[in-house]
Amino acid sequence: MIQLTDQPIDSTSLLAQAHSPDAGAIVLFLGTTRRLTNGRETRTLFYDAYEEMARKELANLEAEARERWALTECTIVHRLGEVPLGESSVAIVAASAHRRAAFEAGQWLIDALKERVPIWKQEHWADGTTDWVHPTPVANQEASNDN
Amino acid sequence: MNVVVKLFAGARELVGKDEIAVEIGSGATIGELREHIFRQHAELRPLLPHVMFAIETTYCNEDTPIPENAVVACIPPVSGG
Repeated sequence: MIQLTDQPIDSTSLLAQAHSPDAGAIVLFLGTTRRLTNGRETRTLFYDAYEEMARKELANLEAEARERWALTECTIVHRLGEVPLGESSVAIVAASAHRRAAFEAGQWLIDALKERVPIWKQEHWADGTTDWVHPTPVANQEASNDN
Repeated sequence: MNVVVKLFAGARELVGKDEIAVEIGSGATIGELREHIFRQHAELRPLLPHVMFAIETTYCNEDTPIPENAVVACIPPVSGG
């Protein structure tokens, strides 16, 4: 299941949906908004998307993960609009009969999402300035350490 | 032909608009579109080498020809998650 939402992500209900007699392992990843980036203070974050294409790319990720691993559940939810500090901007649930597939799929899904899904983060810094975040090859190391 | 290019995030902020119209030869490629935008929109030059383009919500490469009336989008480096 994939979803873009402007509402807070209810990770408890996402987890509840992943419980099944066929699942022996459920992995939940939450990306949450952090106060400090390289020592600079964030006031809040905004996320924007090319929604039509983001939905398609997320659906592709789900399909590819289900092809690579035997998953009993695969959920990707991304929040758009303002995501206040400490709240979740993204949730991934991967469930499978055994833990290895669930861990691997969860890791792969968040990495692939950050590489190809057309969603962008805008930092609203504590000093009142704003920046769209566009990781370039030089900045990639930094971006991959994001969460 | 006239190609309308959707802009997002930093690209939209640099231009101050949601989309730009580019007049380009029929059957032109994404690479040619990129060169046109480079010449006509100096404000996009810092970001332009890093952006991808999508036609009808599918990423494409530099030698992809642009169909008539296609929906083209300029996709700056993504930062979801």
